[in-house]
Amino acid sequence: MKKSNVDILLNQLGAWLQGTGEYSDIVISSRIRFARNLKGFPFYHWASDKKREEVYFKVKEAIGNIPDFQNGIWMDMVELNELDRYFLLERHLISKELTEKGAHKASLIGDREIVSVMVNEEDHIRLQVLESGLSLLQAIDIARRIDNELAQKLDYAFSYEWGYLTACPTNTGTGLRASVMLHLPLLVLTKQITNVINTIAKLSFTTRGFYGEGTEASGNFFQISNQVTLGRSEEEIVENLLKVISQVINYERSAREKFYKQEKLSLEDQVFRSYGMLKNSRVVTSKEAIELLSNLRMGIDLGIIDIDIKQMNELFLLIQPAHLQKLEGRKLNSKERDIKRAELIRNRIK
Amino acid sequence: MVCDICGQTEATVHLTEIINGKVTELHLCEECAREKGTQMEQHFGISDLLAGLADLSPDVEMKQDVVLKCNNCGMSYKDFKKIGKFGCSQCYESFRQHVPALLKRVHGSTKYVGKEPNAGEYKVVRDELQELRSKLQIAIEKEEYEKAAQIRDEIREIERERAKDEEK
Repeated sequence: MKKSNVDILLNQLGAWLQGTGEYSDIVISSRIRFARNLKGFPFYHWASDKKREEVYFKVKEAIGNIPDFQNGIWMDMVELNELDRYFLLERHLISKELTEKGAHKASLIGDREIVSVMVNEEDHIRLQVLESGLSLLQAIDIARRIDNELAQKLDYAFSYEWGYLTACPTNTGTGLRASVMLHLPLLVLTKQITNVINTIAKLSFTTRGFYGEGTEASGNFFQISNQVTLGRSEEEIVENLLKVISQVINYERSAREKFYKQEKLSLEDQVFRSYGMLKNSRVVTSKEAIELLSNLRMGIDLGIIDIDIKQMNELFLLIQPAHLQKLEGRKLNSKERDIKRAELIRNRIK
Repeated sequence: MVCDICGQTEATVHLTEIINGKVTELHLCEECAREKGTQMEQHFGISDLLAGLADLSPDVEMKQDVVLKCNNCGMSYKDFKKIGKFGCSQCYESFRQHVPALLKRVHGSTKYVGKEPNAGEYKVVRDELQELRSKLQIAIEKEEYEKAAQIRDEIREIERERAKDEEK
């Protein structure tokens, strides 16, 4: 397989998976995303090839001088093969939309994968800050700083009446999507999760799965984010989300305490069975692997089993199809992947 | 079993499609399934929903929708209703007559509150109503009743206008 820029990332673990930060027993990561556009330029879906190219170079030039991207990796999507694009998608660095065919789309990835930018996605600019643990405030500070610098170099599409003007009216206003990824095994086990999700929805927050937009929650991972971007300031959006998240954390905590007291043996059984399966399986689908790893993670959080959390987080990333194939250095069909996945997990879990 | 589409790779994905009551079974390899998957997703996505929301006007206005065009990017309001995305930032201005109702439906609000991009620091775009209310509070605390009454009237005026907007 031809080496690409993407391969640099293969040997590192993004900062968001370090398992550090506040409430990292429940909160995996926090993400801030700003949608920005250049005034007057058609949005990607409506633009001619020439206009798309103009936007590409304008943004590339403006971003190039920003300190956060000093050692950034610029990746033109056309130059990447499908596997590499899916690899970036699995790392939460680009969106599904960016992996789709089309010229003049790019991704710029900064130090430790904390900051990244997508160029010519649905909007001209999608700026992302991804951090470990509950760190929305930290993340929005970084995002704002970069956004400020970009605003000095680029003429943003902005109106005093409606805020930042985006391709899709669901992002108009602040263009801000703040999201937090949570691991909620006990809320799932005690069947309270549907209630929690429904309540969250009423407060106009959305819940999604581990793998982002349009995916079902799997392995007890849930991503909660704001839906409304107009009529509330950035602070309000983040504060409201934090309030909701801290409630959910409390629910999960108390469910963990209560249930562990009552059903100690059955929880321990579940954790050690999962450990046994992961240590011994020869063929594992990704769905099964995520579920077993989720159980193991719960075991770590409850102090039932002693495994390095960073290593666990890394496994969640590596067992995905594109990652497995990149590690192996060749294309694998789904059967081969299930075998390689089992092998990888056996070797990595001590 | 080989893939029904490419006829080369082993089929690992098995799909049942029901179109107008007619059942078709498809056996696909992963790659073709993924492509097919994207096509299917496109059948009904967020854009359809939004396009539905934008479609607030009765059929009579259809002609106007074709005529109503963004002079910057050429998108017609009819295009927007079909796609669910604007063509460029100027479209917001070009389709001004429809934008507030749309934003109201999506966000429950039509008024931006948040930061302003500017050479240099961010400035807060203030909600005038909020600002007036805090001014009112200060005036009352200082016992400047005449001023307070004036501010109160201003607040009422804005509230009345907003209520009117909401009725529309």
